[in-house]
Amino acid sequence: MSDRLKIALLLAPALSIIGILFFGGLLIGFMRSFNYMPVIGLVDPDLSAYVAVFTSKEFYLSFLLTFHIAFTSTVISSILAIGAALLLRRTFIGRSLINFLFQLNLTVPHLVGAIGMLYLFSQSGSFARLGAEWNLISKPSDFPAMVFDPYAIGIILQYIWKEVPFIGVIVLANMQSLGEDYESVARSLGASKWQAFIHVLMPLIFPGVLSASVIVFAFTFGAYEIPAILGASFPKALPVLAYQKYTDVDLAARPEAMAMAITIALLSALMIYFYVRYTRRRIRS
Amino acid sequence: MVGKESFSVRSFRVVTGVMLITWLVLPLIPLAIWSFAKGWFFPDLLPKRWSMQAWDYALSDTSGVLDSLWLTIGISLTATVLSILVGIPAGRALGMYKFKGKELVELMILAPTIVPGIAVVLGIHSVFISMGLNNTVSGVILVHLIPTLPYMILVMSGIFANYDPSFEDQARSLGASPLKTFWYVTLPAIMPGIIVGGLFAFLVSWSQYILTLLIGGGRVVTLPLLLFNFATSGRNDITGAIGMIYILPGIIILLLTAKHLSGRSGAVGGFGQI
Repeated sequence: MSDRLKIALLLAPALSIIGILFFGGLLIGFMRSFNYMPVIGLVDPDLSAYVAVFTSKEFYLSFLLTFHIAFTSTVISSILAIGAALLLRRTFIGRSLINFLFQLNLTVPHLVGAIGMLYLFSQSGSFARLGAEWNLISKPSDFPAMVFDPYAIGIILQYIWKEVPFIGVIVLANMQSLGEDYESVARSLGASKWQAFIHVLMPLIFPGVLSASVIVFAFTFGAYEIPAILGASFPKALPVLAYQKYTDVDLAARPEAMAMAITIALLSALMIYFYVRYTRRRIRS
Repeated sequence: MVGKESFSVRSFRVVTGVMLITWLVLPLIPLAIWSFAKGWFFPDLLPKRWSMQAWDYALSDTSGVLDSLWLTIGISLTATVLSILVGIPAGRALGMYKFKGKELVELMILAPTIVPGIAVVLGIHSVFISMGLNNTVSGVILVHLIPTLPYMILVMSGIFANYDPSFEDQARSLGASPLKTFWYVTLPAIMPGIIVGGLFAFLVSWSQYILTLLIGGGRVVTLPLLLFNFATSGRNDITGAIGMIYILPGIIILLLTAKHLSGRSGAVGGFGQI
């Protein structure tokens, strides 16, 4: 058997599954977003769904909210994760406990974290009760709105909770495989601790941070259940809005849902571009 | 190493460490407490009365929580086995061969790890209707392959990149059949990858929400769907109990494999999907 045939046969099952389900799903969504589906008699593609989506104020508000959630969560998580990794590469009391909790946290689904945040930060949650105990507030409504709120604070807190360990574990492994020799050389040549960090360590770990951040950004941009639990009713996060449109009793709203899905997919395609550019070498190694 | 560290630097490290530990366990605490609470009203810091009611309910035959647990285990196990069966040959092709179009194939396989499920599943749903796959367990297992398969392939291609195929040739020249060669030579060598990739695939499938919700159409009620329903209907005690049951497999898997889960493997990206 020639190598080419062998490779084709080895790859065939995986590529068929991903090709049919993933790319097929995308393609069907794409066609339906243009109201084009010859099988069910829709033969004249049009742009009405996109016009409806891009002229609705709700879509822009949802888009901005979703971008805000994804961007803020990713930036804060990345910064805290670098800090946590710097902490964890030194030995100190409790390091192995933090290491274990980091990994434990990685296995806990986002949904559980979201419910935990709800019980911690809602107006009758644990922190509101602490506030009442210390006489800072007298009734639940005195507690600042941190869930179902317009700034998506609860959602962002949940993502930070889950993603700091995720990025942290990747950055820490990165730092450990680099060792501290580069920084030591910089220090012995007279660089301050801060200079050694910014000019030596950061450029070395940056590709790792970036690739992890891309995964985090794409996930937080496209996740459904977390904003569905912790988000305000208006505006909704984009995936929640798309799902709501899709399950609307009015079937005419379905192409709009597809148009939103395609918008989400296009944005993530941009992400893939960066992801592939910066991470493939890391994955191969 | 850079000299001796001052006392203040060390105490700063301990303080941040303690804050980090607290923050990491914090969201799980009210969930655990709720599962043993019998009414827990504002402004009580702890429940006035404790009870096992939520657990009794969750573990009873009538509540459907256990049915849902077995269903979820079944779906995730099947998705994992399918991912392993399909992931091994694909990983072998990507890990051991250089070929034209390899970059494109890798891109195709990586794409589902970045494109969110909601963007693909609406299209799949409208096709599955005509195939009778909506509202079925098989349909749900099939869509779970979209997020599980890529990580399985990544892990396996990493394993095969460091694999020496000459042992297979030796076994064959000594008269072993292809099947025997695979069973006695290849399989033991790639077992670590199968285990790690399989556990990742299991956890990724275990955490799926929107794919199951849409394709299962409310008929296939996995544990996360049940958890979501109880959480949004305000039954905090039962939510707490189901939540504890739901995170258990992850903890067990972690205890079994903690040493494999360093950030060094590209597969750790799989955690971004959970």
